[in-house]
Amino acid sequence: MSTTTVAHHEEHSDHPTGIMRWLTTTNHKDIGTMYLTFSLIMFLVGGSMILGIRAELFKPGLQLMNPDFFNQLIGVHALIMIFAALMPAATGFANWMIPLQIGAPDMALPRLNNWGFWLLPPSAILLTLPFTLALFGIGDGALATGWTFYPPLSVQGGIGVDFAIFAVHLLGISSVMGSINIIVTLFNMRAPGMTLMKMPMFAWGWLITAFLLVATIPVLAGAVTMLLTDRHFGTHFFDAAGGGDPIMFQHLFWFFGHPEVYILLLPVWGFIPQILQTFSRKPMYGYKAQVYSLWAIGALAVVVWAHHFFTAGMPVPALLYFMYSTMAISLPLAVLFFCWIKTMWKGSMTFETPMLFAVGWIILFGIGGLTGLVLADVAADAQYHNSYFVVAHFHYTLFAGGIMGIMAGVYYWLPKMTGHMYNEKLGKLHFWLTAISFNVTFIPQFFVGLAGMPRRIPDYALQFAEFNMISTIGAFILGLSQLLFVYNIISCARGGQKATDKVWEGAEGLEWTLPSPPPYHSFNEQPVIK
Amino acid sequence: MQVFKKIGVGLAALLASLNVYADYSWNFPEPVTPMALDTLHVHNKFMIITAIIFFAVLAIMIYSIFAHRKSKGYKAVADKAPSTAVEIFWTLIPFAILLLIDFVIMGIPAYHSVVMMEDTRDQSNMVIKITGSQWRWQYEYLDGDAKGIKFVSNLVTTDDQLHNKAEKGEHYLLEVDNPLVLPVGEKVRILMTASDVLHNWWVPQFGSSRVAVPGFIRETWVQVEKAGTYRGQCKELCGKGHGYMPVVVNAVPMEEYKVWVAKKQEEQKAASEVKEMTKEDLVAQGKTVYEKNCAVCHQVTGAGLPPAFPALTGSKIATGPIFGADGKYLKDSHLDRLLNGKGVMPAWKATLNDTEIAAVITYERQALGNAATVDPIVQPTQVKAARE
Repeated sequence: MSTTTVAHHEEHSDHPTGIMRWLTTTNHKDIGTMYLTFSLIMFLVGGSMILGIRAELFKPGLQLMNPDFFNQLIGVHALIMIFAALMPAATGFANWMIPLQIGAPDMALPRLNNWGFWLLPPSAILLTLPFTLALFGIGDGALATGWTFYPPLSVQGGIGVDFAIFAVHLLGISSVMGSINIIVTLFNMRAPGMTLMKMPMFAWGWLITAFLLVATIPVLAGAVTMLLTDRHFGTHFFDAAGGGDPIMFQHLFWFFGHPEVYILLLPVWGFIPQILQTFSRKPMYGYKAQVYSLWAIGALAVVVWAHHFFTAGMPVPALLYFMYSTMAISLPLAVLFFCWIKTMWKGSMTFETPMLFAVGWIILFGIGGLTGLVLADVAADAQYHNSYFVVAHFHYTLFAGGIMGIMAGVYYWLPKMTGHMYNEKLGKLHFWLTAISFNVTFIPQFFVGLAGMPRRIPDYALQFAEFNMISTIGAFILGLSQLLFVYNIISCARGGQKATDKVWEGAEGLEWTLPSPPPYHSFNEQPVIK
Repeated sequence: MQVFKKIGVGLAALLASLNVYADYSWNFPEPVTPMALDTLHVHNKFMIITAIIFFAVLAIMIYSIFAHRKSKGYKAVADKAPSTAVEIFWTLIPFAILLLIDFVIMGIPAYHSVVMMEDTRDQSNMVIKITGSQWRWQYEYLDGDAKGIKFVSNLVTTDDQLHNKAEKGEHYLLEVDNPLVLPVGEKVRILMTASDVLHNWWVPQFGSSRVAVPGFIRETWVQVEKAGTYRGQCKELCGKGHGYMPVVVNAVPMEEYKVWVAKKQEEQKAASEVKEMTKEDLVAQGKTVYEKNCAVCHQVTGAGLPPAFPALTGSKIATGPIFGADGKYLKDSHLDRLLNGKGVMPAWKATLNDTEIAAVITYERQALGNAATVDPIVQPTQVKAARE
C-alpha cells in the first residue's frame, strides 16, 4: 500500500456517529471495545447470579429460593461466565491487540468481525429471557440442568433448555467467525519480516485457541442439535429405550468441553508472558519452548475429554488411557510455568497492578493445575467427582487462571486503549481484595468437597455449615470488590493522567510504538520487522 | 465506644455459634471399605507430592520477587542462550522428574486402584440392584436368602425442617425411612441403573461412586469392614429434588443381617397379600404413601407446581372414570397413569405394591379437595388384576 492511498483512506475515515457507529462499525478497535464492554457487563450479571446462590448457601435450610430456581441460576451462571464473559473478553483483546501487535491496519475480515460481535447480545438475551418469561407465567424458567445439558434431564426440562440450545448455537457461530477472522489475519496480515516464529506470544496463544474453536464448536453444535431433535422430533440419540445412550452426549459435550478450558486459557497464556517481560525489564524466556508447549497442550486438549465423567462407567483400558493422557498435560504446562518464572528471575521487577495480577495469577493458577493433576487419578476421582472439590478446582483455573488473567490484561492495555492512566492505588487495592477474597471463597470449598458435599445442591447437611458460611462471606467481598474494577475502568476511559506511547518502561512490541490511544486506523506506514 | 462494644459482643456470639457445629473435617471421612482406604492413601500421597512441588516453586518465586526488584536497584541480567548440550540436559532433567512423578510415583498406584475398583466380581458374595429415580433410591436383593427383598428409601427430613420452621435434626437431609442393610465383611456387587434421569449413588466413606444410567446397568462394589451407619447423597444433578435423595447404609454383623432378612421377607409377604379394604383404611394408608412419594411434585395439598407438575385437586384424571365397561382400566386413566407413568410422571408399578397403589389412588380421589363419584375407590385386588 503506497502512502498516497493511505492518506486517501484517512480522508474518508468519517463514519456514522451515535448508535449507528457501533452497529455498523467494522473497525477492529471499536469492535474490540464492544466485546470488552459486553464481557464486563455479563461478568457482573453472571456474578450477581452466583451471589444469589452463595446467599442461599450461607446457612442450611431453604431461605431465598426454591430448588428449581437454584438449579437455573447455577447453569446460567456457568454459561454466562464461560461464553459471555471470558470468551468475549479474550476476543475483545484479540480484536484490539492482534492488529496492533502484528503491524496490520485492521482485522482481515471486518464485516464478519462486526457480525461476530452482534450475535452476542441476542444470545445473552436468549439465555436470560426465560427468567423474565417465567414471571409472566410462560414456561418454567431457564435451563435447570447445569451448563452441561446432560440428558435425560435436559430432555425432560422446559423451554429454558430450548432457549439455551439456541443461545449456544449463536454463541458458537460467533466464536467460529471470530476464530476464522483471527486465523486469516494472522496468516495474511503480519508485517513484512514477522515470521510465524517472531509473532508475539499473544498471537500464538490466540492462533491455537482459534484452531481449537473451529475444531470443537461444531461438535457442541451437533450435540445440542441432537438434543433438540430428541426433545421435539422424536429421535432417540440419547434415549436407551430407542437404542440411544445418554452417556454418548457426555462424550460429545466434553469433546468440546475440555478443549474449551484451553480455549479460555490459551489467550491468557499468551499475554501473561508479555506482561512478565515488561515488568521484569528483560525479554521473555524460552519463546520457542513456550510456542511448542502451547501446541502440545492444544493437541492434548482434544484427546483427554473423558476424564470429566470417569464415574459414568467405561472399560478399564479407556479409564487408564484417559488418566495417563490427562497426566501428560502436566509436561508442557510445567515447561510454561518454568518459562514464566525464569522470565521473572534476575529481572528488574516492579509491581504495578498488571504485574501483581500476573504474579498472583501464576500462583493461583498453579493451585488449579496441580489439583487438576490429582483429579486425573481415576480412583480418587470417584470421590472428587461432582463434589465441591471439583468446584474449587475449576474456579482456580477459570476464575484465577482465566478472569484474573484477563484483569491483568485490562490493566496492562487500558492506558494504551484509552490514552489515560488508571488509578494505580485503586488497582492495587482491587488486586489484593480479589486475591484474598477469592481464596477465602474457594479454599473452604476444597474441604467441604473432600468431606463429601456434592455440588449443585440447594441445601446441605449441618456438618458443612461453617465452611459454607466462610465461603459465602468471601464471595460477597469478591463480588463487591469488582465494583472497584468497574469504577477504575470507567474513570480511566473518561480521563486522567495522559499515558505515554510506551506506557510502561519495559514494554516491547509494535503496539507500544503507536500513540496512546492509537489512531482510528493504526499504521499509516506498515512497520517492518528486522 | 458503645458501638465497638456491640460489635465485639456480636463477633463473640458469632464465633460461639460457629462452635456449635465445630466439626471441621479437612480430608476424606474415615474409610470403611478397602476401596475408600486405597482412595485415601492415593489422595494423601498425591496431595503431598503436589504440595511439595507447589511450595518449592512458590519459594523460588518469592525469593525472586524480593531479590530481583528494581526498587532495590537490581539490574536485569539477560538470559544467555545456553549451548545445545546444556539446553538438552536442562530440558531432559525436569521432563524425567515429571515423567517419574506422573507415570511411576502416581501412575503405578493409580493403575492398581483402577483395576481393583473395576473388579466387581471376584469373591463377591452377594448382588444387589440399586435403582435411582426422581428422587429416591430403590434397593433390591438379587440372590441368597434375601432374594426378592425390595424396598424404596425416601428422605424423612420434614418440610418444616427444610424451611427453617422446625429444628433440624442431627442428620438433617441425610436421613431415610428404609436404609439399605448390608452384612459387614462381605463383598457386595452392586448393579446400578435408573428409571428416569442420571443419578449417582455415593457414600463418601465407601470410596465408590457410580452414575446410574437409565436403560443401562453399571457395576460397582462395596465391602464394608466396620459396622455402623453410613450416609451419602446423590451426586449427579437430577432435577429439583437432587439435594433430597440421600443414601443411608446400615452395615451390621452377619447374624443381625440374617435376622433382618428373615423379618423383611415376612413383612414383604404380608404386604403382598391383597385383601378388600374399606374406603377409610385406603384413604388413611394412601395419605402416607402420597406424602412420601407424590407430594414432592404434586405438593401436600394437591395443588401441584404448574405447569411442570399439574394439580391433582380438580384434575380430570383424578376424578374421571378408571374402568371401562369390560372391567379393564382405560388408557390415560388414573390407574394407567400411576402404573405406567407418562412424560415426567414416573411409572410406579415396579416401586409400589398393589395395596399402596390402590390406597394412593383412593386418597387422591377422595381427599385433596376431590370427591370422585365415578370409580370412587380402587381395591388392591383391582390393581392386582390390572397388572395381569
